[in-house]
Amino acid sequence: MIDKRKNRRLGIILFSASILMFGFGFALVPLYNVLCNALGINGKTNTTPVAEAYSPIDKSRVVTVQFIATNNENLPWDFHPSETQVKVHPGENRLITYFAKNNAGKTMTIQAVPSVTPGIAAKYLRKTECFCFTQQTLMSGKSMLMPMKFHLDRDLPKNINTVTIAYTVFNTTGQTRGKSSKAGRISK
Amino acid sequence: MSDAITHTGDHTHGHGHDDHHGPHIKKGILPWIGRWVFTTNHKDIGTLYLWLSFLMFFVGGAMALLIRAELFKPGLQIMNPDFFNQMTTLHGLIMVFGVIMPASVGLANWLVPMMIGAPDMALPRLNNWSFWLLPFAFTILMSTLFMKGSAPNFGWTFYAPLSTSYGPPSTDFFIFSVHLMGISSIMGALNIIVTILNMRAPGMTMMKMPIFVWTWLITAFLLLAVMPVLAGAVTMVLTDRHFGTSFFNAAGGGDPLLFQHVFWFFGHPEVYILIMPAFGIISEIIPTFSRKALFGRSFMIYAIAAIAILSLIVWAHHMFTTGITLSAELFFMYATMLIAVPTGVKVFNWVSTMFQGAMTFETPMLFAVAFVILFTIGGFSGLMLSIVPADFQYQDTYFVVAHFHYVLVPGSLFALMAAVYFWLPKWTGHMYNEALGKWHFWLSVISMNVTFFPMHFLGLAGMPRRVPDYALQFADFNAIASVGAFVFGVAQLLFLANIILTIRGGKKATTKVWEGSQGLEWTVPSPAPYHTFATPPVVK
Ligand SMILES: [Cu+2]
Repeated sequence: MIDKRKNRRLGIILFSASILMFGFGFALVPLYNVLCNALGINGKTNTTPVAEAYSPIDKSRVVTVQFIATNNENLPWDFHPSETQVKVHPGENRLITYFAKNNAGKTMTIQAVPSVTPGIAAKYLRKTECFCFTQQTLMSGKSMLMPMKFHLDRDLPKNINTVTIAYTVFNTTGQTRGKSSKAGRISK
Repeated sequence: MSDAITHTGDHTHGHGHDDHHGPHIKKGILPWIGRWVFTTNHKDIGTLYLWLSFLMFFVGGAMALLIRAELFKPGLQIMNPDFFNQMTTLHGLIMVFGVIMPASVGLANWLVPMMIGAPDMALPRLNNWSFWLLPFAFTILMSTLFMKGSAPNFGWTFYAPLSTSYGPPSTDFFIFSVHLMGISSIMGALNIIVTILNMRAPGMTMMKMPIFVWTWLITAFLLLAVMPVLAGAVTMVLTDRHFGTSFFNAAGGGDPLLFQHVFWFFGHPEVYILIMPAFGIISEIIPTFSRKALFGRSFMIYAIAAIAILSLIVWAHHMFTTGITLSAELFFMYATMLIAVPTGVKVFNWVSTMFQGAMTFETPMLFAVAFVILFTIGGFSGLMLSIVPADFQYQDTYFVVAHFHYVLVPGSLFALMAAVYFWLPKWTGHMYNEALGKWHFWLSVISMNVTFFPMHFLGLAGMPRRVPDYALQFADFNAIASVGAFVFGVAQLLFLANIILTIRGGKKATTKVWEGSQGLEWTVPSPAPYHTFATPPVVK
């Protein structure tokens, strides 16, 4: 004889399991960010300021740090680093700037998103100040120099001699940052 | 196994004659529609699934032929690039979600209860609902072709930001139809698991279950694990599009790469969802026509379970060129290669089953043998793709297209065709036309190789996927592939004709149908009565 209650019970258990997996799909989002951050993969850098380096500077090593700028979707801004590369010692604090000018006929807001190559170096790149921590607004035709202060951790793997930081600017005019933007950004 | 089964009595013969042809219904079109819309009979629902799949097969096939017609020679001939993209997108979605999955579920509906000696599926009403969601899902998906803007044009993988920032307005309908398909698959899988775990006849232990039932049990668990994640992925795309979230939007703090992780966490197990029921079918057919028991039966079961578990931890092999770290590339490369071991066990066992067997080559067996050979070719090209440095060259080329069509066409699809020929006499009570079946087989197997084998060379020579136009040096192989595709398409009309002829008449099928048939479904009369195993058989 068919035990309908037993069938229904197992059916409900399995259905709950699938609901759980639906939740797991969303849990992948914070999980991904935590993993990327912990393992220093995917070139993600800190999105809120960290303390300046105070440990002694490792004078024995010189690392080249290169800067790249990209405009997303033909954003009508001039956007480029003031110097394309600098040489630093691990543990040394350094200030660089990016130039930005709004060529659009209206006030615009942008968000710069950094990415580090090689990905593993992201974990050792510490930013104490960055224009990417917040959105930047410029009126039509105005320009500015945007600061970025960083240091490289002294534990930067020995085989890394060049670190490249690429900033992409996105047009965020009229957009308020959604809720998941918080989830997407891990603060340290 | 057949000698281990004794029939408890003639309960299946005890029913009235009408049972053979379905329920008692009044004459007329409305009662007829009502019967199919409200049916909760596992055989009716299996039939509905199979016909829907067959219809979608011709729809998706027509799209494939449009694609091959455009690619017959370089330059833009019959369509603009945007329409080409819509065709590749819909072709992929329809073949995966509209053809192979419904056909597999249809077979499970027809066969699982009969194979384990159950009177019906465990949750018959849920079963009706899982099927009837699908026609709506595909109507919605097809309707996007007539919408303003365009139909989905971002490929079946709907990568962000193509489907978020750049998706046409019809993307929302695509999302809704994927939700419906997902709910349908989840409910179908759930029903199959409950049926297998709770409804087995006395004496039908887990290890005695036919391999087809085993493969479906494991497939159903995979479906429950990953279809909800796909539903999550499309939901995130939807909220990114309309509700201001930034899951995949870098400007808002999200990450487009995350989309690929979530998608392929579903996507890789999905390919095993498409192929595992095929493994089960082949494991039923080869022993029957080799007149031997399946070699290494328990190893077969362990191998399927191993493949299912491994399939959950290899997804990033689709993302080798996205800049993931070296350690991740190594892990996913080795994990992917590891899948070749249980797969190799299966191929070895099929070959060993045939070895020294008294083999005959009826149409189902022809398809099964072709499956073993050609699926293995697809497996090998998969192994090549799993090698990270090689994949850097193969990624997004026709080599990938060749690979997955080799595992899906002579793999999943041939197995489904083999299954239809194999069980059609049990379903209809008539033998199919063997000559027509052989024509269908030989035309299909030759044209399929003519279509897809040259794609390996095109890919190695650097032809990218998803392009409506290509450089001159690729012209010859593309022309050959297009000719093969049209022959393949025409050959499928023979399949349709054979099925219709078999339903309408033909040589009467015996209860056993095949000399070497094994398993409970061959102990009920042909055609299978509307209700089988109302009293469970005893399996010793
Ligand atoms: Cu995969």
